[in-house]
Amino acid sequence: MTAKLQLRIIVGILLFVGVGLTAFKHLELGFPLLPGTKETVWTAEAHVSFRATGEPVRVTLSLPVNTNNLLVVDHSTAGRGFGFHIEEEGRARKGVWQTRNPSGEYSLYYRARVYRGGLPDLINALDAPASPEKPVFSQAEGESADSILAEAYEFSADNEGLALRLVQSLTAQEPTPAVLALIGENPSRHVRVNAALRLMHSAGIPAERVRGILLEERKNSSRLTDLLAIWNGEGWHVIDFDNAQVGLPELFLPWQFGGDALYEIEGGVDSSIRFSVIADQISGRHAAVTYNTEIGSSLIDFSILSLPVEAQNAFATLLLIPIGALVVVVLRNIVGLRTSGTFMPILIALVFVQTELLTGLVLFLIVVSSGLVIRGYLTSLNLLLVPRIAAVLVVVITLYIALSVIGFRLGISEALSVTFFPMIIISWTIERMSVLVEEEGMKEVFLQGGGSLLTAVIAYLVMTNRYISYWTFEFPELLLVGLAIILVIGQYTGYRLSELRRFEPLARKD
Amino acid sequence: MLGLATPRQLAKAGIVGMNRRNVELIAQNNPRHLYPLVDDKLQTKKLAEENGLDTPALIGVVRLTGQIKEVHDFLKPHPQFVIKPARGSGGKGILVISGREGDDYVKPSGSLIGFEAVARHINNTLSGLYSLGGKPDVAMIETMVDFDPIFDRFTFEGVPDIRVIVYKGFPVMAMTRLSTAASDGKANLHQGAVGVGLDIATGKALRAVQNGTPITQHPDTGANLAEINVPHWENLVRLSARCQAASGLGYLGADIVLDKSEGPLVLELNARPGLAIQIANGTGMAGRIDRVEQLIARDNPPEDAVWRANWSMKHLAAI
Ligand SMILES: Nc1ncnc2c1ncn2[C@@H]1O[C@H](COP(=O)(O)OP(=O)(O)O)[C@@H](O)[C@H]1O
Ligand SMILES: [Mg+2]
Repeated sequence: MTAKLQLRIIVGILLFVGVGLTAFKHLELGFPLLPGTKETVWTAEAHVSFRATGEPVRVTLSLPVNTNNLLVVDHSTAGRGFGFHIEEEGRARKGVWQTRNPSGEYSLYYRARVYRGGLPDLINALDAPASPEKPVFSQAEGESADSILAEAYEFSADNEGLALRLVQSLTAQEPTPAVLALIGENPSRHVRVNAALRLMHSAGIPAERVRGILLEERKNSSRLTDLLAIWNGEGWHVIDFDNAQVGLPELFLPWQFGGDALYEIEGGVDSSIRFSVIADQISGRHAAVTYNTEIGSSLIDFSILSLPVEAQNAFATLLLIPIGALVVVVLRNIVGLRTSGTFMPILIALVFVQTELLTGLVLFLIVVSSGLVIRGYLTSLNLLLVPRIAAVLVVVITLYIALSVIGFRLGISEALSVTFFPMIIISWTIERMSVLVEEEGMKEVFLQGGGSLLTAVIAYLVMTNRYISYWTFEFPELLLVGLAIILVIGQYTGYRLSELRRFEPLARKD
Repeated sequence: MLGLATPRQLAKAGIVGMNRRNVELIAQNNPRHLYPLVDDKLQTKKLAEENGLDTPALIGVVRLTGQIKEVHDFLKPHPQFVIKPARGSGGKGILVISGREGDDYVKPSGSLIGFEAVARHINNTLSGLYSLGGKPDVAMIETMVDFDPIFDRFTFEGVPDIRVIVYKGFPVMAMTRLSTAASDGKANLHQGAVGVGLDIATGKALRAVQNGTPITQHPDTGANLAEINVPHWENLVRLSARCQAASGLGYLGADIVLDKSEGPLVLELNARPGLAIQIANGTGMAGRIDRVEQLIARDNPPEDAVWRANWSMKHLAAI
């Protein structure tokens, strides 16, 4: 009774932890539940070109920063003959290229991969600004500015409201005369943002320009866009000029903040800068791994994914073994199939994974049946057990060689994969089957041999299933769920499927 | 439908399935540390002798390969004997010799084998061929049971043995296993022996099956199996009940044979007896087990083996 209760508790805990971790990885870390789920990843590139004047060159470029929704991973830079480093100056990141003896035209690239999901907003983390300098307006501008500000002031309660009202009037479909006078008809967005900045500054409110690229799902983009960031006394708030909304648009990749120049060149002329963003669809799983590695998620640091690739591959196979075990448990205890050797079918299934099913089956049958014939002869030699098994082992290896060579000669290269079969296991299988022939007859051999092969084939099919292999590798915590199922089956006292047949005559009588 | 029963039908018929046997009957009643007592026939023999259970006499034990060459002379005074691996199971590695012809040994089937064959058999036994996991073993030589002629008509060579399932000291179900030509003198059901369910109260045949199908006549002798009526039945049932007390196993199968002169002898004890006995009896044993549980829970029955055997014979046959 207590054993049963204990088991229930253990199973409950296993299920909770296994399913919980899986859910966490899916929901929080973004690991897709299904293989083949795609996610957009952007490659953002800035391309600076200029002509060197012959003096030492120093190029400084603002670099994109993380947002709440986007994670930037520096990818590569190019600039032949230039040294490159990144300078972090509080709120901004800058890439610096330097060279001493330049000549001619130059092109410098900076590339970053941008993933979905991000870190705490850098913009929000910026320091409080000093009070802005009052901008200088001409007489006419000054009057318009005053009236615009007065109107906005009237219809707002705080800095943020004021900024919003300003943005609204600067972007209104039918601008007031004052707005027209200040920025003219159909001004560019740049001009509008400039005007907004000057207005805010003249009202004594710290405000900055945020430049960046609005990324698009599944689409390339290349235009820099301006947003307005204002200080409301406690923190920075970004206002989207397009819809006069507060907050950074979800897919906005900030590249430059404030008055700092987007790029600066010393020792070069005729410079220009181009941006481009390419949207790629990559596997969601890959995106999640890169992303979580980048932010140093401890669940990744302490998982298989932190191991070297070969070790990961080894585990990809190892993690299939419990699945095989589960199949064996189900087939033996619930279906009631008989197998020769409890876990021999799993090993055979693993071989099938490497050789392909049909090849594996044929090779297995050839090796085991010729082994049985030869072992049958060994019986009459009256050998001791260990030397006999050793002899079978040698026979098995000889069979491997013969099969490989003959197969290869005949142009059947599949025969070469016979070496995947574990020799010791095959030898023991032959030994056990041959004893079975002597003691219980051929029928039992076919029964158990067939049961083993059937189990191996089913285990193979399950183990090579795309979903199963994905889940076992990406969510190794599901092992715990497997363990829970095995424990439950371990206490299953109901009938096996085969018993429905075996005891059928008894049921009929009633 | 399709020759399949539903789980509900089986439950209603009181069938105990493999999983229930393993989880409830074996795991809960048979402590692991007792297994060696019955898995090693040599220990069982000692146990039986200490507890005064009748069993075929031990002639000798071959423990080393070097001793094999002495066996021929050693066995001279014993025309009939049986060699078996101490840790064998399922009839594996049992060599029954029923007589001599010159230097040759006669098997129950009548075929002759030379001493080399016997030596090889012992050699195989010692090297563990017949034992679980291939572990090195010892070969036991015991007297062949001179079986009661009452069974002559019902068996083709070999000794028919009677399997009694004893649950917590109460014999709950019994059957006899009759060798056939197919089973080469051995009485193991999956080797083709005939299983005959026996009335636990009287030792009379209830029904017979071979390879899972009901039969009425012995396939080799043609005898009407319904006429089987095991003599010394009460002694036999009591002997089986005493096996529980001796071994401590709560769920055991006692294999008992009837010797012409010595009566019921314990051949071996089994800590994991199979379920085919239900088919041979034509009825499940869950009902009887429940009845025993009920008795234990309610009436605090005496430990005495004879009392328990008598109670079983009186109360269980009808269930
Ligand atoms: N002493 C014996 N005399 C005659 N037959 C025997 C003897 N011992 C075993 N046998 C035969 O071998 C069968 C199996 O023997 P058993 O001791 O039950 O070994 P196992 O554990 O392999 O079932 C018996 O049912 C019986 O037919
Ligand atoms: Mg037996």
